[in-house]
Formats: sequence, C-alpha cells, structure tokens
Amino acid sequence: MLEIKNLHVEVEGTEILKGVNLNIKAGEVHAIMGPNGSGKSTLAQVISGRDVYDVTNGEISYLGKDLLDMEPDERAREGVFMAFQYPVEIPGVTNSYFLKTGLNEIRKHHGLETLDAADFLKFIKEKAKLLDIEPDMLNRSVNEGFSGGEKKRNEILQMAVLEPKLAIMDETDSGLDIDALRIVADGVNRLRNEDRAIIIVTHYQRLLNYIVPDYIHILLNGKIVKSGDKQLAFELEEKGYDQIKADYSSIKTKLEETV
Amino acid sequence: MALAIKENNQLYITSFEEFEKNINGEAKNWLKDLRRQALTRFDELGFPTTRHEEWKYTNISPIAKENFIHGTESDAGLVQKDAVKKFDYDGLDAHTLVFVDGHFNADLSLIGDLPEGVKVKSLAEAFQTDTDLLEQHLARYAPFQDDSFTALSTAFMNDGAYIYLPENAVIEKPIHLLFLASDRNEPFITYPRNLIIAGKHSKATIIETYAGTSDNRYFTNCVTEVFCDENAYIEHFKVQEESSNAYHISTTQVNQLANSNFVSNALDFGGLIVRNNPGAILNGEGVESTLNGLYLGTGRQLIDNHTTIDHAKPHCNSHELYKGVLDGSARGVFNGKIFVRLDAQKTDAKQTNQALLLSNTATIDTKPQLEIFADDVKCTHGATIGQLDQDAMFYLQTRGIERDMARDILTYAFASDIIDRITIKELRDYCHHRVLVKLQQDRLEGIDKE
Repeated sequence: MLEIKNLHVEVEGTEILKGVNLNIKAGEVHAIMGPNGSGKSTLAQVISGRDVYDVTNGEISYLGKDLLDMEPDERAREGVFMAFQYPVEIPGVTNSYFLKTGLNEIRKHHGLETLDAADFLKFIKEKAKLLDIEPDMLNRSVNEGFSGGEKKRNEILQMAVLEPKLAIMDETDSGLDIDALRIVADGVNRLRNEDRAIIIVTHYQRLLNYIVPDYIHILLNGKIVKSGDKQLAFELEEKGYDQIKADYSSIKTKLEETV
Repeated sequence: MALAIKENNQLYITSFEEFEKNINGEAKNWLKDLRRQALTRFDELGFPTTRHEEWKYTNISPIAKENFIHGTESDAGLVQKDAVKKFDYDGLDAHTLVFVDGHFNADLSLIGDLPEGVKVKSLAEAFQTDTDLLEQHLARYAPFQDDSFTALSTAFMNDGAYIYLPENAVIEKPIHLLFLASDRNEPFITYPRNLIIAGKHSKATIIETYAGTSDNRYFTNCVTEVFCDENAYIEHFKVQEESSNAYHISTTQVNQLANSNFVSNALDFGGLIVRNNPGAILNGEGVESTLNGLYLGTGRQLIDNHTTIDHAKPHCNSHELYKGVLDGSARGVFNGKIFVRLDAQKTDAKQTNQALLLSNTATIDTKPQLEIFADDVKCTHGATIGQLDQDAMFYLQTRGIERDMARDILTYAFASDIIDRITIKELRDYCHHRVLVKLQQDRLEGIDKE
C-alpha cells in the first residue's frame, strides 16, 4: 500500500530524514519509534502532505500512485489520514460542520451521495458514543477549548468518520491519561482490518500495550536503524534509546571501517 | 499639500442656491438658517485631504473633484421592482420605506400598520407635519462644525426617513429603510437624512440598506441621527451594498439617555470609497451601547470605519467589535475613539478590531484612540491583523477539503462572529450568503487575472 524509498527531507536547509525506506501492506500495523528529534513526526507530516518540508530525494508510492505529487486534500480523498499530534483549533467552525464537509468531499470523490444534515447527525452520534464523546462537543468549534484528551479523541472520531485506508497516528498517546489512552486505543483497534494500514508514531512503548503492532521500526537521526516485531518494543523499553544509539553507531563505525 | 480641497466649492454653492429656490417658501426660518449655516461652514472647510488627521488614510480627492449632479428628481421608472426585491431580505416582513436617489418613493414602499402614535414616514413629509419635533432634534446630534460631509448633508437635507416612537411604543416588525441608487449616465449625489426619535421605554429594530442598481459612479452622503430617551432600546442594522464604483460616506450619531440600549451592526460589502462614522454619546447613567461591524473589501475598495464612543456619564458600558476581511488590493481603515469624561466613573468600555488579510496587496491601518479623564474605569482595546492560519488550512485539507474551500471556510468562520449576532434570521441568511458569494466571486476574478 505504502512504499517509501530512500526518502530525504529537509526543513529550511537542515536535513531531517536521511534516506528512509519503509514498506507497508494493507492490514498491517506498523509502529515507528524514536526519541525526540529523530524525524518521526516529520515522516508523518510528509506522508500527509505538509508543505513546509522539502523532499530532496526519494519517493513515496501509495496504492501505486506518486503520493508526493498529490495535494494534502487529494491524499485525504484517496484515503490517507493523519491524527495530529497537536490538533488545530478553528474558532467559528463547528466540529460537526467540519466533519460533515470532510466526509462529503471524500464521498463525492468516490461517486457516493453526500449525507444531509439529518443523516449525518445520526451517523456521527453513533460514532461519538463509541469514543465517549459528548454530543455537545460536536456543536462546539473545532478543538476550541477542548482538553488534551478531548482533542485526541476528536482525532480518532474524525478517523472513524472518514474511514481512511492508511491512518497515521502522530504521537496520539502524548498527554493522555490511562483512561483516555484506552479509549483512543479501542478506537484505533476497532478500525483495524485487512484493508487498512495503520502507522503509529510514538516515543513510548506504552501505547503499544494497547495497540499491538505487527512491525516496529526504530528511527534514529533520520534513518530507520532497526526493524522487528513487537518484541523490539520491549527491548527498547529495557535498553532505552541510548543503548540502541550506541549499538547503531558501533555498527556504523564497523561498516565504515570495512568500506 | 493643503489641508482642504476647495476647488469645487462653487458647484455646491450654486447647487444649493438652486435647491433653496426650489423649496423656497416651504422651509421654516430655523431650517432655512440651519441649512445656510451648514453651507457656510462647508464653504469654510472644503473637502479634507490626507493632511487632515481624521482623513490620514482615506484619500477622498476623487469625490472632491467630481462634478456631481445635484437635485435628481425621484423617478421610480429608473428603478424596477426587482431591484427592491433583491434587497428585501427574502421577503422579510417589515415596515418598508424605499427611497430612489434619496427621495421617498411611495409606490415602492410598504409601510403597513403601526402602533398608535408611532410615525414612520419620509423626512420630506415630516418637514410639513412634525416641525416642532424636527426643530428640537434635527441636526442636534450630528455636529457639522468639523465635518465637511455632515455640513453638506445638513445644507442639503430634504428627504430620508423620519421615525418617531412615543413613550412605551414597541414595534415588533423591523423598519426597513431601503435607499436605492438608480442607473443614471452621469455621476450624481444624494443626501439621505434620517432622524430616529425613540421615546422612553420604546423599542424598535431598524435596518438601513444602501444599494446600487448598476455599476455607476455616484455619491451617497448620508447622515442618521438617533435619539434614545430613557430606557429606549434600538437595534440598528446598516447594510451597505453600493455599486462597485460608488462613494459612500455616512455618519450615524446616537444620543443615549439613562438606561437606554443601542445596538448597531454595520455590514459593508459594496462601494469603491466608503467611510462610516458611527458614534454614540452615552449621556445618562446605565447606558448600554454596542457598535459592531463587518466589512469585506475586494478589488480596489477602500473601507474606512471611524467609530466614536463618548462616555459622558458614569456607570455605562460600551462594546465594540469590528472585523474586516480584505482581499485583492483592498484597503481598510479602522479608527476607534473612546472618550471617558471626568464625570464618567465606573465606565466599562471594550473595543476589539480584527482584520484578516487574504492577499499580499491588501492593507489595513488600524488605530485605537482612548482619551480617559476619569480614574475609576475599565477600558480595554485590542487590535489584531492576521492572515489565514496555515495550520488550520492544512488541517482542513488533510480532512479532504480543497484549498479554496478551506480558505472560504476559515474566512467565513472569521466573519461569522459578527453575522451570528444578527438577530433577524432573514438578514443573517442574506449576510451569510453574501459573504460566501463575495469570497467566491473574488476568487474567480483572481483566476481571471492570472
């Protein structure tokens, strides 16, 4: 579904991603872990189409299409979704209008009929209930005055509404208490199926207790240095990023010596 | 550069003599004197240049130099019924007075039944029937000593709306004053003049609409005076939809006595050069005064709002919220004066103005101007100027919403803060639609230019 080859990305002249390779198939859940500044959020943002990042080399193919050639809204209509680490507040736009507009744009793109206000309300209320979201939150301005937990749940609600093919959770666990974390994880797990791929970007192993990934990749200094199954998370928990970093640099030195 | 442009004064003086001759004999002495004084004052003032502090950002020399035709007769034939329909706010049930080129037009108007004692009529008629009240109130609230345009308005005042609410009168339906400019070949000037007298405990909603019916160049120089007696409640809307080549200069001056409440919403969509001077004097204790405004400038429009809130007495609250959206090469000016007089302790005054610039060539000049002479008061003001929030744009796009639509949604959300405060559903819907149409129109024009 998603193939990333030798991806190099710069922000204002500083290289953040230095040759990332990643291959994700439908039905898989991948976790990308790494310390602060490793480039994991950059990777999530580049996939979703943020234009402050310059892709200097490499390619991303999504369902056989050149993803980098698509606008963020085209990507969304083709099924790419990112749950934001810092969901944006939009005063004056109600949450339900926002969700309805996005959904209808996507439905139109796929030749489906748009939902009217009444149908949408029914549809959204059911989804909201599953995520323990008060109906009142739908009538408030998007994320305005929402608590950290509400914002994150709202992201999952959007995901549940838009039903993406590829969902990227950018540090969705940050700032959540254990109850909120469980609700969010349940929401994600409910969306797991064989047609959908999920990428979980996280600093900590904690979320992976609730959403068990098929693969884990460790991103260090702009490169994936280690990939493995869920065991890798426990290894990481035990050793910490420093040890992985040290291991990695010694391998790198050895490699350089042999060259 | 001089402080004033006087090269066209003779046009106004000659036109005035013509005007006076036509209405000769009708006018009472006080009125005749008042008009003459105002003309003399205009002759002394001339038109202001940008050297004048109050006109620093608004160059009105195209107005000062134009040879406007005066004394246009009312000619309903020039305005079709569908023009009235276009601005009737989806058939809003209202007491409607239609004016064509500044003159009351009975055929197009529908005043309907009014509570006993309430008077809603043309000023021209009131000059015949309500002389005493006019003498008492007319030109008492909008001073012309320092304002060329009010001076001209006062010299040439002849028609407009006259509304009188006796004590305890409550009018349920809004009163709609619709001023239409007809399609004439030569540039012309009109002087709509309105007087609203709200008695004690009276209540009414008044809409003023100024609209063009063509792309013509003309000049609407209008003045509205409002007197709110104790406990009166007046809700006022002013919708400015002049033609894209028109000039519109307006003064709305309110005098509020104790415990009265005046709420104003000014909505500016049209015009080429637009200047509004809404002002209120809080002239009794316990007064509430609200001046809100929304302006949308595109193309080469210039929209200037100079507000004045004068706290003359203690324990009064004023609220001001102005929002502007500027695209293309449009320019906006906001100047918000608040006076708190020595006597006006326990004043609570709040002023906010926000501008959203949608293009790199749109500009805004904004200035709060607080002059506070009392020491136990609360005055806050805030001005923000911004562009569309790129994070919000991206957020909307990642949910499948196209860039243009995202831009419209965010701009509309900015404007909705004012629109949502419009209490009349039909008018609120009109503004909602108008904002979206104007945004889209502008985008289409932008595409054409590219």
